[in-house]
Amino acid sequence: MEFIGEKLLQVVIALAIFAAVIGLIMLLVDRAPKSIKDKVTVAGFLAPAAILMLVGLVYPAIRTSTLAFTDAGGNVNGFDNFVWMFTQPEALTTLRNTVIWTVLVPLLSTSFGLAYAVFIDKARGEKVLKSLVFMPMAISFVGAGIIWKLVYDYRGPNIEQTGVINFFLVSLGMEPKQFLLDAPGNTMFLIIVMVWIQTGFAMVILSAAIKGVPVELTEAARLDGANAWQQFRNVTIPGIRGALVVVLTTITIATLKVFDIVRTMTAGNYDTSVVANEMYTQAFRAGEPGRGAALALILFLMVLPIVVYNARVLRKQREIH
Amino acid sequence: MKKTKYLLPVAAAGVLALTLSACSGDGGGGGSTAGSDDCSAYESYGKHDGKTVSVYSTIVDIEATNLEESWKQFESCTGITIKYEGSKEFETQIGVRAQSGTAPDVAIFPQPGLLATQARAGYLKPAPKTVSDLVDKNWSPDWKKYGTVDGTYYAAPMLANVKGFVWYAPKTFKDKGWEVPKTWDEMIDLSKKIAADDPNMKPWCAGFESGEATGWPGTDWIEDVVLRAHGPEVYDQWVAHEIPFNDPKIVDSFNKAGDILLNKDMVNGGFGDVRTILSTGFAQAGQPVLDGTCAMHHQANFQAANWPAGTNVAEDGDVWAFITPPIDESKGKAVTGGGEMVGAYKDTAEVQSFLAYLASADFANNRVKLGGVVSANKGLDPNNAQSDLDKLTVQILQDPETVFRFDGSDLMPSAVGSNSFWKGIVQWINGTSSQDVANSIESSWPKS
Repeated sequence: MEFIGEKLLQVVIALAIFAAVIGLIMLLVDRAPKSIKDKVTVAGFLAPAAILMLVGLVYPAIRTSTLAFTDAGGNVNGFDNFVWMFTQPEALTTLRNTVIWTVLVPLLSTSFGLAYAVFIDKARGEKVLKSLVFMPMAISFVGAGIIWKLVYDYRGPNIEQTGVINFFLVSLGMEPKQFLLDAPGNTMFLIIVMVWIQTGFAMVILSAAIKGVPVELTEAARLDGANAWQQFRNVTIPGIRGALVVVLTTITIATLKVFDIVRTMTAGNYDTSVVANEMYTQAFRAGEPGRGAALALILFLMVLPIVVYNARVLRKQREIH
Repeated sequence: MKKTKYLLPVAAAGVLALTLSACSGDGGGGGSTAGSDDCSAYESYGKHDGKTVSVYSTIVDIEATNLEESWKQFESCTGITIKYEGSKEFETQIGVRAQSGTAPDVAIFPQPGLLATQARAGYLKPAPKTVSDLVDKNWSPDWKKYGTVDGTYYAAPMLANVKGFVWYAPKTFKDKGWEVPKTWDEMIDLSKKIAADDPNMKPWCAGFESGEATGWPGTDWIEDVVLRAHGPEVYDQWVAHEIPFNDPKIVDSFNKAGDILLNKDMVNGGFGDVRTILSTGFAQAGQPVLDGTCAMHHQANFQAANWPAGTNVAEDGDVWAFITPPIDESKGKAVTGGGEMVGAYKDTAEVQSFLAYLASADFANNRVKLGGVVSANKGLDPNNAQSDLDKLTVQILQDPETVFRFDGSDLMPSAVGSNSFWKGIVQWINGTSSQDVANSIESSWPKS
């Protein structure tokens, strides 16, 4: 009771302060002298967002960047953390895995999503078929990790299997397999989980884009004697190029940041760690915030070009339309 | 100041507030409910009406309820209100809170290493003399050492657990005519006998899976072997990094534990080959002891809570435990274990009074009476222990011959104790050699 009352009061006070500040800004903007009124208006309305950006984004970014050059005790240690990152076999495995993830997941999920979207386009029961593939998207990464961990579960050859896949392997007379313990195969089995989640996303966006390709174009191509593959290759693909880029880059960014799946399924053990997971482990469990920050910085540098490219493609598209 | 903050919601909920206040009398120290209880035992803690002490720890759920229950009377007799908060995120959050200036008044640390980090950063207040005297009186000097950082005494121990119990089913042992082993060699011989006799029963079951902490039950194995095979001096040197982690003695201890853990004939009853140890959750790992798929399971006293409801934990019951037997008997009756250390971020009179209570035998008795835990406090009456196992644990802790050592991984720097040591265990079970694992853990030891 007391606790809720306290929180409610805080919310009310915060809202009141917010309203007061905005009111004050509007009042000041309104009262500004005519000569500089435009500039004051712009500044007045940009200021709250700009300040929040500074506090919530720019300051932490700078702080993380400086932290990346310090050791566990907070003393500046130059590039030691980066040297560690590119020389320790464990840290190198982490970087290698992240590259494997970011190459495979976007390619696989986009291909599967595209193929599915094309094949069920205008098919009977399209809605149902689509929602079946889209459903995993609604499951959290942690939930998906737990589900798949049970799917991959292992028991010895003479013991009743609890994992779905091993159950089938054993019924077919094969040996059960330790899916999550054997590197490098285990990274692939983790990647399957991410692909399973992201395919639905790719499929929905691409399906919508395919429906946006003008029927006249496809019909014209067909009249010109193009077969199904040629129609797809020369009409559909160019028509959905923008959507493809968005899907690919969005999944790439999500994959670079992958954390929950690895953490719930292997916790980064057995050579499956990725940068985001290692970042958390170093910063919060090993008590090496410098190394964590250095990994965060590398992650940021890896995501940056993709975000820039994504933004540019989107802007170009807007110019065309 | 606090009072005015509640004015608005109280006014808003007018009728409700009236009803509530009518029920509870005056809201001051909540003294009315405990009027019938005897407060004479609490006179030494003084009167601090209207004062509040905030407490933060890792203890949650039923354990937290019991903990709060154990200081109820202290609250009503001294007038102090204890605001308790338990969180599984304690280990990372305590540092964040201390840095941001929102530290609790009192924190209950499960790891002396974490306590030392906070003390060295200058956040913690040294323990008051009353607490220090109580600890001298009620605990062995080992325990006092865990609360001492760079020569300053900071924290009193609260509760304790004992690791290295070997759980077994007494009925199975009786039916097969096996004796509880008195030495490590006897235990190995028994294991070999079980492995040879019965193809459907493995001598051991084990499970090290624990999410991001996977591997920690394995560190308990290694610590038990180091302490029993090489004695407390080597153990202390190892934990303090006075000998390297890849010292031959430590590698030898890995190999000794490996005689059981890495041998496919010895493990892993009910789950499969050696490597299933990594995919078996530590809480389920012991279950096959009950149905006879495996004979023994190595886990701390808190395994008692992991058995299915209704399991009779007693010497003549469904499951019982013996302490991992000595390897070199000249090194004494060695046990490893853990416990909580109570540190303070403030040194006001009410905080000091609360610290003194937690360090007292009264608290230990009050809490242990509620069941499920024990304390190494010498003032604890063993008859207050609720179960047979709690009684056994108290006996071990209070036995003057017991050489007690704190869980080594909790004392090592976190880069090792809660990271590379766990990961090393995982690699070790997964096939990397003892020497390579020890080398890689050694290389991760922080330079500074």
